[in-house]
Amino acid sequence: MRTSAAGRVGQYAALLGYLVFLAFPFLWLVSTAFKSPRELGSPHPTWIPRHPTLDNFRQAFDEQPLLRAAGNSLLAALAAAVIAVLIATPLAYVMARQRTRLAKAATGWVVVSQAFPLVLVIIPLFLVLKELRLINSLAGLVMVYVVWALPFALWMLVGYVRAVPGELEEAAAVDGAGRLRTLVSVTAPLLAPGIVATALFAFITAWNEFFFALVLLKTPEKQTLPVVLTHFIGAEGVADLGPLAAAAFLATLPSLIIFAIIQRRITGGMLAGAVKS
Amino acid sequence: MTVVTATKRPARDAPHAGSRRSSDRGAWFLVLPALIPILVLSVGPLLYGILLAFTDAQSGRTRATQWIGGLNFQDLLHDTLFWESFRIGLVWAVGVTVPQFLLALGLALLLDQDLKLRWLARALAIIPWAMPEVVVGVMWRLVYNPDAGVLNETLRTLGLGDGRDWLSGLSTALPAVIVVGVWAGMPQTTVTLLAGLQNTPHELHEAAAMDGAGAWRRFRAVTWPALRPVALAITALNFIWNFNSFALVYVLTSGGPGGRTRLPMLFAYEEAFRYGQFGYAAAMGLVMVAVISLLLALFLVGRIKAGDEA
Repeated sequence: MRTSAAGRVGQYAALLGYLVFLAFPFLWLVSTAFKSPRELGSPHPTWIPRHPTLDNFRQAFDEQPLLRAAGNSLLAALAAAVIAVLIATPLAYVMARQRTRLAKAATGWVVVSQAFPLVLVIIPLFLVLKELRLINSLAGLVMVYVVWALPFALWMLVGYVRAVPGELEEAAAVDGAGRLRTLVSVTAPLLAPGIVATALFAFITAWNEFFFALVLLKTPEKQTLPVVLTHFIGAEGVADLGPLAAAAFLATLPSLIIFAIIQRRITGGMLAGAVKS
Repeated sequence: MTVVTATKRPARDAPHAGSRRSSDRGAWFLVLPALIPILVLSVGPLLYGILLAFTDAQSGRTRATQWIGGLNFQDLLHDTLFWESFRIGLVWAVGVTVPQFLLALGLALLLDQDLKLRWLARALAIIPWAMPEVVVGVMWRLVYNPDAGVLNETLRTLGLGDGRDWLSGLSTALPAVIVVGVWAGMPQTTVTLLAGLQNTPHELHEAAAMDGAGAWRRFRAVTWPALRPVALAITALNFIWNFNSFALVYVLTSGGPGGRTRLPMLFAYEEAFRYGQFGYAAAMGLVMVAVISLLLALFLVGRIKAGDEA
């Protein structure tokens, strides 16, 4: 399978095109974040800021309660990720190992839940949470995030469970280990890397989430980072570009770092989940 | 615990004789922690939402909610604004899903080759996926900004005119947000297709090459048949996700100018949480599900049939 020299050149040209398309908006965001207000107002913007400054970052923190919003986001995402993984792992185990009606129903739910528009879910959820006095509360948001992160978490975890050979568990059972013991001391350690990857993915999902947070959180003290970010954009759609760029850049960093760590595992997990045994 | 184990052991030894019931019972304590939240916060609200579509539920009203049958749907039928929004939603969903797939397929095929810089492309391809949608929206607002944006500046440098206010132009707003949608959704599709590609049999590929098949024929005869199930699945999912998308357009244009980018989700959101028409908005949601399911079923059946004939 040899590719001709001309073909190679074409491939590299195409790859370069992709690189530019994928990278340029992000580079522009970073560039804007370090530009002074005067430079942003000038008619010919440049890629490299002429006088790089941190003023935008300072101003961003002055204008909006970014730290508190980040704290809210962190709390909600962390709680949602931990709870989602704790309750998803046992169910994923059953879905992967058994062909019962329950396991099939759970798989069906994972698929169907992807198809429903959020608006059909958010209205009743809003009413239910209102009854429970959980509107404008992070606890209510966490509950929603847990259920919202479950389908993909289950999908990934089922793949990881399938990768653990069932013979190992049978061997443990033969040696007299009970069901729970087998799970805790044989299966769980083998699953650990997959569980961590799933938790990190659930964390990012919740950290990035906007729609539920927009509907469920009313006061600025409770709002998460994505919602607060939209406050930089005024009613008329006019935004103070510098601080907006600075805040958006900061809000992305946690997701980017985590994603870089788990990149490979997500690909593996998705494929493992997709390949039915 | 020991008692439970003792009663279960025989079932394990004879997996075909009546094992189903005992393993079912043993599984309950594993399943319950997830099942309760799923029932209470997903299945329940979903059913509740479907019921709401047949009521006159409104927010902050003191009078009891009444069952009004299909009245919401009758109103909806004559609601031209909603159908205009629905049409925009379809244009957006198709306009995003198709280029998304083609571009992602191209990138996946490139990444499957032995090229330098592949690691960089892989890393970059992940960025849009990891970013919060709100940040993606903010970022592209900066790109499209008429004065401080890089797009107009590039056009000016290339001597292609002064550019324009892309997101406020009646004719440019929808294409502009579609480009953002493509950009934002490409990574996930690429990664999925790449994973599918790496599962295609390489021996077949080499055999076809030895027989003198060109790149295009190899793709048609070997790669595509193996990739097709993955491609269909991700395209169907992309279509659903795109049709139901909200945050990107909310941040980019909030549905403007003049409703030109008002996707159905934005429309329903405003109906529910700005005007408080819960029942009516739920009816919209239901119509969205119904039409999308129908379209998707037609698409999948058509594709599968086409595949059988090929």
